[in-house]
Amino acid sequence: MQAGALSNALKKGAIWGFIVLELVFFSVAGEYLSLSDKAFMDLDNMLLLFKQSAPIGIIAMGMTIVMINGNIDLSVGATFAIAAIILLDSMTWPILAGLGDWVIPVSWLLALAAGTALGALNGLIVWKTGVDAFIVTLGSMLGYRGIVFMFNGENPTSHLNWTLVDFAEAQVLGLHTATWFLLGVTLAIWYLMTRTVHGRNAYAIGDNREAAVNAGIRVGPHMMVNFMIIGFLAALSAVVFYSESGSVNPNDGQLYELWVITAVVLGGTKITGGAGNIVGTFGGVLAIQLLRKGLGHIGADTSTVNLVIGLILIAVLILDRQLNVKGKEALKT
Amino acid sequence: MTRTIPALRLDGIVKTFPGVRALDDVSFEVLPGEVHALMGENGAGKSTLMKVLGGLYQPDAGRIMVGEETVVMATPLEAKTKGIIFIHQELSLATELSVAENIYLGELPRKAFGRVDWRQLFDQTDAILGKLRVGFDARTRVGDLSIANQQMVEIARALTHDAKAVIFDEPTASLTDAEKVVLFDVIADLKADGVGIIYISHRMEEIFRITDRITVLRDGQYRGTVATADTDEEAVTQMMIGRALDLSRNESHHTRGDVALEVRGLSCGKLFQDVGFEVRRGEVLGFYGLVGAGRTEIAETLFGLRDPSAGQILLNGEEVRVHSPADAIARGISLVPEDRKGQGLVLGMNCRDNMTLPQVDDLKAGPFVAEGAEVAIFDQYRDRLDIRTPGWRQLVGNLSGGNQQKIVIGKWLSMKPDVLILDEPTRGIDVGSKSEIHKLIRELAAQGYAVIVISSEMPEVLHVADRIVAMYAGRIMRTFLSDEVTEDSLIQAISGLGEDRPAVPA
Amino acid sequence: MTALSRERIGTLLARQGILIAFAIFIIAFTLANPKFLTVDNVFSVIRSSAILGVMALGVTFVVISGNLDLSVGSMMSFSTIVVLDLHDKIGPLLAIPAMFAMTLALGALIGLLVGYLKLNSLIVTLGMLSAIHGLTLTYSGGKNMDIADKEGTWFSVFGQGTALGVPVPILMFLALAALLGIVLAKTPFGRKVYAVGGNGTAATFAGIRRARTVFTCYLISAGCVATAGLIQASRSLGSQNTVGQGLELEVLAAVILGGASLMGGSGTVFKTVIGVLILGFIQNGLLLMGLQFYVQFVVTWIIIILAVWLDIAAKRGRLWSPIA
Repeated sequence: MQAGALSNALKKGAIWGFIVLELVFFSVAGEYLSLSDKAFMDLDNMLLLFKQSAPIGIIAMGMTIVMINGNIDLSVGATFAIAAIILLDSMTWPILAGLGDWVIPVSWLLALAAGTALGALNGLIVWKTGVDAFIVTLGSMLGYRGIVFMFNGENPTSHLNWTLVDFAEAQVLGLHTATWFLLGVTLAIWYLMTRTVHGRNAYAIGDNREAAVNAGIRVGPHMMVNFMIIGFLAALSAVVFYSESGSVNPNDGQLYELWVITAVVLGGTKITGGAGNIVGTFGGVLAIQLLRKGLGHIGADTSTVNLVIGLILIAVLILDRQLNVKGKEALKT
Repeated sequence: MTRTIPALRLDGIVKTFPGVRALDDVSFEVLPGEVHALMGENGAGKSTLMKVLGGLYQPDAGRIMVGEETVVMATPLEAKTKGIIFIHQELSLATELSVAENIYLGELPRKAFGRVDWRQLFDQTDAILGKLRVGFDARTRVGDLSIANQQMVEIARALTHDAKAVIFDEPTASLTDAEKVVLFDVIADLKADGVGIIYISHRMEEIFRITDRITVLRDGQYRGTVATADTDEEAVTQMMIGRALDLSRNESHHTRGDVALEVRGLSCGKLFQDVGFEVRRGEVLGFYGLVGAGRTEIAETLFGLRDPSAGQILLNGEEVRVHSPADAIARGISLVPEDRKGQGLVLGMNCRDNMTLPQVDDLKAGPFVAEGAEVAIFDQYRDRLDIRTPGWRQLVGNLSGGNQQKIVIGKWLSMKPDVLILDEPTRGIDVGSKSEIHKLIRELAAQGYAVIVISSEMPEVLHVADRIVAMYAGRIMRTFLSDEVTEDSLIQAISGLGEDRPAVPA
Repeated sequence: MTALSRERIGTLLARQGILIAFAIFIIAFTLANPKFLTVDNVFSVIRSSAILGVMALGVTFVVISGNLDLSVGSMMSFSTIVVLDLHDKIGPLLAIPAMFAMTLALGALIGLLVGYLKLNSLIVTLGMLSAIHGLTLTYSGGKNMDIADKEGTWFSVFGQGTALGVPVPILMFLALAALLGIVLAKTPFGRKVYAVGGNGTAATFAGIRRARTVFTCYLISAGCVATAGLIQASRSLGSQNTVGQGLELEVLAAVILGGASLMGGSGTVFKTVIGVLILGFIQNGLLLMGLQFYVQFVVTWIIIILAVWLDIAAKRGRLWSPIA
């Protein structure tokens, strides 16, 4: 085995090692520090952990493919909010009033279509103008947020549909609806990236764009499809979350892009594209959620979570650099 | 007698860039089952021609024929589908993907719903790899392969297609001798299948070993095609260099001064070992060897870009440690690097700012950069080096290669160094600028500079250097006096064939 | 001849496009509403842009050096909270230098990670965004910070005072812009920033200490953030922990709008000031036209993309990307 292979294996395993570490730490520390009698690794607690991971996790799957493809999407938080508003608002539209509970799938479809369309718009701009995805989505992050406010100004949009709430709160085989969605999306995206031509081409484009172009891969459409997927998933995340909560603030979803990117990078996806995997991202999402829950469990402030996650992100980067460090004879530029 | 239809035929290809006629009416043909060498100096137009064949550039005039069909290739993919396959010098692989995915990049076999047909992919790939007799399989991650094996992946790509013509661009640059044998077998197989092969290389020994005919380009012009069996190295070299460039042996014998730089037992990991030499004021020391012999790495170590693992560097008799280019510059060492655009220049900056960059801290008027002094320096070296630019405000990226190189040289001359190192100073620039730079190097030595010139071109080192250090595989094989050395002994030394004698100081 | 003149127009647009757009904006808004171009209104625009503007000045250095700084928003919250807290504890005279020292320490940390350890600046500053936010919350205990005696402190001068009839924040913004503009355009350090961002390898080969240059850029950025925090704290004399949230991206938008390339090596302080003013005037102009604040978001989006697109299009000589 070559040195590169070893560090690759280490990197792939690192996130799971980290999760085990977190579990052990919070279980032990919880014995001494926790105010509640419940153990940290309680079954209900763990089931809840999966459910709470879903909103970020579903988007993170989309971010993983966009980043593997060599792009980034900063507008997911705003897309999330738009989809949420469309979901809740459309259920009150007079034109859909006659549908009864059949309004639910219609509203879902509307929200998902909106998300996909917003993603497509990002992708189209990146493809046709050649402007860097970072700038395009930085712009649409502002623009899409502006659209959010156009619906209801600064007021929240609320609508509770009890059938929907029942659906969202249901547990099948012990897992919550949201968890099922997270698992389903993870599986689907994993399949897409490892088994399909589109997925493999996405890797190739992010890895060596010139080689991909020379090999005749159509870079533009692949990028656009990936932006549509992340838009769809941002909307799906909103659909899953707001089916239960029933009320959306125009500022909801802010900073989601940062959480999502953090999870994806923790999961081992390279910021420059070409490398990364869905299972790693799943680990990254769980690790962040574990950290939030665990720190809460031992009575730490929510503020500590931000601090710790930020530092861990940087620590991962330093570790990665150490693993990739070349010999002493390397060129110092 | 029926005439064989060529596998590939070029007819009057012309390609111009602003200010440069890169290809000027180039015509030649490659027959099926022929290995056809394409030779020429750097800047002769080989790479432009290859880009035209590869669909990256469109010719301004002329036509390309594959078999009996005239083809127009707007994209690299089109070139591939027309049966023109490229083995690139710079690897164009996706390192995170498997060998099989790289070989079939852009053409993965599909099943329903856009799924990859992995079985077919791996089976086909393994069949091809079997032919190449390589030690890895279709599922290996390309990033885990050695550079030589990555090159084999590139070669395997050519075999997936119904190739009419395969172009090898310096394919042996990073291969070991054993791997070369495999490569030559592959080429023989292709040849037996009736494929036309264009083989680009600087290595005469390979050219004479495997090619059938040789076509030479010079200054973008076709200079003739000869049968390999009917010619020899000297004749080919003659065709490549022609009369335009004076490359007579250096015979100047001006007085040499004190030792400016001495290196003792210098090593840097696996890159080079136990290197020792000295350069005196007023002399040009040439470093000659193949790419990868460790010449550039020695220069980089002297310039503080690499940390030596052993050995001493003495400047004017005093031992120094150089940890960074800033250190080196402060001690009077300057380096004109190999990669002009990547290492030598900030292309988005203007001429003046590029030229004064290393001394911008010293050119101060109060807290500010003394722009007047900068302009004065620029003017001085523009005149001295005859740099042709509309003015100092011109962005360096807009200049021709020769003028860019003069900016880099001017940058380092204006530092008034004790030791000036030039790494491939004439790579990729036109013949006119080339001889100007050669003349300049000689003048600098006459003025008392200690100059080191690294070059892959034998006529160049013979022309400019007083003494020549021959390197092979990270070691100095011998040091020659340039007016006494024979070309044969020089070639033997850089091929590792000469006697492994310690360097003799002249 | 037509080709030549078209090329000239292209170059002109690429170089001065942002100024032309700015002029068109001003004229259009002035025609729509005569109140737009009055001294009072111009002052109010610049004053409300001052905090964003001061931060953008620092980020300009970072971007030209070829890096990003996404942590300036949460860093600004941090300095605001710290200076307000220390104001009542050790007095404003000591609180201000103490706050500057702490903010600069954060900047130095980022500079160390990006400059000397050569880590990816996007991820480092993303991590710092989160970490500094946590640090601020830990520092404040999550509570809003208020000065006890809001009437009796001279501290309010930075945010609310005027000198010679001009609001102090405007003076600070313009003075800092002038100072940093000269540093970037005229000093050896400024030259090195362009070289490092333009081609880091070539800069190293020219003997420039690249790590040190990048490090200094982050220090400058942190210094600007501290100044912005000072203005913010002084203006409000009380603050939430999240006062700077989201500003990092608005700041970046202003810098990009000014024409700095995210690839590094290009941009100027003057252009960034224009970028800041454009954002400020759009916001103000749309408000004067009776439009809601969020319309500004949408307009900003369109302007950013158009600005960068035209810039790229002029450089490559064709409007649409050649990507297949």
